[in-house]
Amino acid sequence: MLLVVEQFLNGLQFGLLLFLLAAGLTLVFGIMDLVNLAHGSLYMMGAYFAATFVAWTGNFLLGALLALGATLVLGIVLEVVALRHLYGRDHLDHVLATFGLILFFNEAVRLIWGPAGLALPLPPWLTVPVPILPGIHYPAYRLAIIVVALLVALLLYLGVMRTRIGMLIRAGASNREMIGALGINIKLLYTLVFGLGAALAGLAGLMQAPILTVQIGMGENILILAFVIIVIGGIGSIRGAFLAAIFVGMIDTLGRAFLPNLLRQILSSTAASTAAPALSSMLIYLLMAIVLVVRPEGLFPANRR
Amino acid sequence: MKALSVSKAVTALMLAGLVLLPLYSQLSGNIFILTLFTRIVILALAAASLNLIMGYGGMMSFGHAAYLGIGGYAVGILAQEGVGSGFIQFPVALAASALYALVIGALSLRTRGVYFIMITLAFAQMAYYVASGLARYGGDDGLTVYKRSDFSGLIDLSSRVQFYYLCLACLIGVIVLIWRIVNSRFGLVVQGLRSNEQRMQAIGFPAKRYQLVCFVISGTMCGLAGALLANNTDFVSPAVMYWTRSGDLMVMVILGGMGTLFGPVMGAVVYLLLEEFLSQITEYWALIMGPLLLLIVLFGRGGILGMLGRAGRG
Repeated sequence: MLLVVEQFLNGLQFGLLLFLLAAGLTLVFGIMDLVNLAHGSLYMMGAYFAATFVAWTGNFLLGALLALGATLVLGIVLEVVALRHLYGRDHLDHVLATFGLILFFNEAVRLIWGPAGLALPLPPWLTVPVPILPGIHYPAYRLAIIVVALLVALLLYLGVMRTRIGMLIRAGASNREMIGALGINIKLLYTLVFGLGAALAGLAGLMQAPILTVQIGMGENILILAFVIIVIGGIGSIRGAFLAAIFVGMIDTLGRAFLPNLLRQILSSTAASTAAPALSSMLIYLLMAIVLVVRPEGLFPANRR
Repeated sequence: MKALSVSKAVTALMLAGLVLLPLYSQLSGNIFILTLFTRIVILALAAASLNLIMGYGGMMSFGHAAYLGIGGYAVGILAQEGVGSGFIQFPVALAASALYALVIGALSLRTRGVYFIMITLAFAQMAYYVASGLARYGGDDGLTVYKRSDFSGLIDLSSRVQFYYLCLACLIGVIVLIWRIVNSRFGLVVQGLRSNEQRMQAIGFPAKRYQLVCFVISGTMCGLAGALLANNTDFVSPAVMYWTRSGDLMVMVILGGMGTLFGPVMGAVVYLLLEEFLSQITEYWALIMGPLLLLIVLFGRGGILGMLGRAGRG
């Protein structure tokens, strides 16, 4: 029982983290039609910035806040210097250019921070176990991630659905020429949306940093997960990204936790212990393949045109 | 006319260089360059196979590295189980790649555009995790191929020069085959599907079937590259199938010139030589390579062959 609740919460926490990453990716992709493979690099940069700033300031919250700002600025610079020249180009051009950016960021990190990974220690007040149900405790930090990510998801939803900027963003997603013709500064709007996406990736990176080691290439695996999520959810749909992220987070976490035992019921224990890790890593890709075969536009396609 | 001749001259020069390379290697005693170019030729073969569906067919496969792994594991696993004959290993490698391509293609071709890119990627990642789970064949650590494929009486793969020429012959054979395909009625239909699928379907061509056949041919060719690669490195590991490898192949194709016969070969040669060259000047070679790719995208439309064409024209 304890294990089930704990794994369930872990799945929720991982799913929400994936949502932050996928939300930025789907904003950029849905609105600017830009396939940004370097999104994972922004996640990595968020984690490195956080590790650095927390060490400098000695204060976890202040360091995290600075890291968030730094990722935002980095995203804006990246858009202005490089990516804005790619709008309207072939998706393949995006893939090639942002693949180049991945190489660049990985190497830049190796140059600046060295090849060894960093650790981001948590302050004591975030390491205490919190009682969530009678007799069941859950780490405060993971709980904090759940709360922060839910809050961000809510703000993002309200921001996109209820504010004027959000209205422009949605309008831009369905017809970019039209909102330009209405006198909206599209260039600025795009830069802001990209910056927002970068900050979301950075937030995901810095929150994940204390749980995993901060290391080079950490964004690559999780980037693919984020792509899987927006493909399952339907490209350009924040709601789809949210639901798919929770779903994928749950399946991935629960699969890793319980699949070995399940397999052991059917297979011999050695066969099960070899098959389980591969199978649980495959689960979400299997899920995506099934979704795409059944519904090629994803589960919750955004209303387009 | 002049534009054509510049890129043609460079292509001819490159091919002559590839053919004469072992001679240079022997005369200068530089064995390393032969090893390097064997790898380049094999990956050029893989890039050329990707170009068939990507450049001519408009199918952006982001999982092409999976075939490298499947071809490689076919050789590695058979060798491990005591089947050393290349006459068995290579056909099995090709058949396994073809079968994988048939299944993956049939499922993936239900989608299009970015969804196609992502689903091919997902299937390749699955293949990656399956290989990681093959405990009997090294799992994560990969599988050492202790003995190269045995083509006794025909060719000796342990001879560097013979192996190089085998790879080069395969590359040229594949390019001739691609040339024949794209100029055949079948190839014209596939290219027509790239430009306007609805129209081709309206004329009465079963679009998906044509695309699927093309997809399978491409995957089989890449499986051949995989079998050669395993023989070249005497090793095969899941890392061959990781998505960044598929990215590398895509980069080679776009860099050289998508939808041209020799573009992918040129892309592979330039990309891998650049990697080698930069890594000799600095440990941080990717710091230069990354922005370089970005600049090529921004200013070098049509890849190297496209740029050469423009240089000839202007």
